[in-house]
Amino acid sequence: MSDINVTSAGAMSADPSSRYLVREHHPEHGTMLGFWIYLMSDCLIFACLFATYAVLGRNYAGGPSGGELFDLKLIALNTAFLLFSSITYGFAMLQAKVKNKGGTLLWLAVTGLFGLCFLGVEIYEFMHLIHEGAGPQRSGFLTSFFALVGTHGLHVTFGAIWLVTLMVQISKHGLHAANMRRLNCLSLFWHFLDVVWIGVFTFVYLMGVLP
Amino acid sequence: MSDHNQHHGHGHGHDDHHDHADGSAVHGSMKDYVIGFVLSVILTAIPFWLVMNHVIESPATTAYVILGFAAVQMVVHMVYFLHMNSKSEGGWNMLALIFTVIIVVITLAGSIWVMYHMNANMMPVMEGHTPQQMHDM
Repeated sequence: MSDINVTSAGAMSADPSSRYLVREHHPEHGTMLGFWIYLMSDCLIFACLFATYAVLGRNYAGGPSGGELFDLKLIALNTAFLLFSSITYGFAMLQAKVKNKGGTLLWLAVTGLFGLCFLGVEIYEFMHLIHEGAGPQRSGFLTSFFALVGTHGLHVTFGAIWLVTLMVQISKHGLHAANMRRLNCLSLFWHFLDVVWIGVFTFVYLMGVLP
Repeated sequence: MSDHNQHHGHGHGHDDHHDHADGSAVHGSMKDYVIGFVLSVILTAIPFWLVMNHVIESPATTAYVILGFAAVQMVVHMVYFLHMNSKSEGGWNMLALIFTVIIVVITLAGSIWVMYHMNANMMPVMEGHTPQQMHDM
């Protein structure tokens, strides 16, 4: 839309160079907004899974309840991992702001390590539940539990893969504009997952152990 | 940049728009992240403490209190970590967020409301089961 505007205006002012300026500028502008809209649609997926859990979360089918299964100390540890990874990602962004490549990579590595710790604990928890016979097929409660928490874990997994990919790109090509944009997108993604986790630990774990 | 603003019929008025336009600008400062982190730690620790030590007698009250803490912590994350404000991307971020929040509230509240009434209304039809047994199925 602004392309057309500018072309005609540019012709009138007899300065054709201005037209190219906008053409380069316009598509770039969309990335952050587009990524934000993707996150919002992801938010709707989680909303559906939360709604499912809200409906089925107390249907135990005679099986174990949340109070019997959840180990809150483990969840507190996991929450701490994710929270630490959020602030260390923030530190990576601040290092990228001052164009310190080594510092950025270091903090990204720390972030990835916390992310892997989170995933490790979550996989341990899932394996433990399945070994106890409390797998997703046991009851409506466990089906909706695995769907919701598993989807979040899957997001963290892909976030970690993206993080490693980006670290390779930064170490190879440095902190140029495109990599900064990718860093910004991953920043949104990573912090967004932390926001979803707030909902998970409150609604699933803490409220799950309440009688 | 300023020169294209003049040619541009509708020129976006405010200045920081173009700096952020390519998505490579870094938002936030050390202060933002530290404030956000400290608030998050407090807002996470209190709900865990409330539930693990059975501080409040009634489970329903505890549930409402921890949901309140979660809502506040989500806003803290949005502001200090995701750097949301009404100006980012010319206000479109905020608009998309408001739209999403409305849909999320409808999805959650609607599902819970409808399914609760379905449970309550369907129960008496099934003979030989107490409502609690049905609910457990």
